[in-house]
Amino acid sequence: MKLNTLIASTFLLLTAPAAWAESNITVMHPAAFETAPTAMAGGGFMHISNDGDTDDTLLGVEADFPRVELHTTEFTDGVAKMMHVEGVPVPAGGMVALEPGGYHVMFMGLQGNPFEVGETIPATLIFEHAGEVDITFEVVERTMEHNH
Amino acid sequence: MKAVIIGTTTLIAAAGLGLYTWNVSQNATQIPCGDTAVASTAIGGPFELVSETGETVTDTDVITKPTLVYFGYTFCPDVCPLDSARNAQAAYLLEDEGYDIGTVFISIDPDRDTPQVVSDFTENFHEDMIGLTGSAEQVSVASKAYRTYYRKQDGDDEYYLVDHSTQTYLMMPDTGFATFFKRDHTPEQIAEITACFMDTAT
Repeated sequence: MKLNTLIASTFLLLTAPAAWAESNITVMHPAAFETAPTAMAGGGFMHISNDGDTDDTLLGVEADFPRVELHTTEFTDGVAKMMHVEGVPVPAGGMVALEPGGYHVMFMGLQGNPFEVGETIPATLIFEHAGEVDITFEVVERTMEHNH
Repeated sequence: MKAVIIGTTTLIAAAGLGLYTWNVSQNATQIPCGDTAVASTAIGGPFELVSETGETVTDTDVITKPTLVYFGYTFCPDVCPLDSARNAQAAYLLEDEGYDIGTVFISIDPDRDTPQVVSDFTENFHEDMIGLTGSAEQVSVASKAYRTYYRKQDGDDEYYLVDHSTQTYLMMPDTGFATFFKRDHTPEQIAEITACFMDTAT
């Protein structure tokens, strides 16, 4: 029993930023694709799971760029419309994918500082319940394997 | 009596099979290269745009061989790179099989997409991908020729977004429009269908 409690406490400590809010957020594979040297914007992608029992929402992303927004893309009759979204729902016990063709983090104002393979981009995700979660985007090569 | 019934059934079956085969062959002549061919409407045509080196070029300068043509903008971090990478991948597959294929990216955001920006953008996907931009008027003419849609979203002078069509067109230098591809076509599908059109054309 004691051992179990110890393990449970350790687990709670390890997941401390999110655990108190009953929304247990895990971020997997945060990645951004390399960009051209003169690119003005870049996209960030990741999977977010919520092992807690409370629905959560990703409200925003903070990073060192003139502007960072959450976007999604909708397709109607072959026309792509990219839109700023106020939040990305992460349901309790569920997972949301930010991936090409759908939700993505839009880093704007890259002028003169493109994403290069191997580079990392520190960022903070802001959740309605889980609060702030620090992550690091890895800049990866754009190969077809990443496309779904 | 029994023989007559069997005979009749066979005859009907044979007639049915014949009709079916006739239908299939009719369809086959209409759509020889996959399911994306559309009735030949006037897609494509003359345009005048600005090349990666800042020179004015026309459609006949650009489409000198079978070419995949896509309209997009470089500020778009998601869809346009994805589709451009896909088209580049299709081109690489075709080149591996000995087909000489071109790829073109036409910006529908000429205010931000200078020749240098478009050049850098296309270089990222395929060393031979041609990037074109132009004046607002030139881009509008090219887009209308290809019946594509684009509309700048309101609200932001610097970080605005642009809605736009995402079809890729297969254009032939002599005969013009061959077919178009949607976003969900894979590089392999595009390569296969394009190869079929190129085989048919020769």
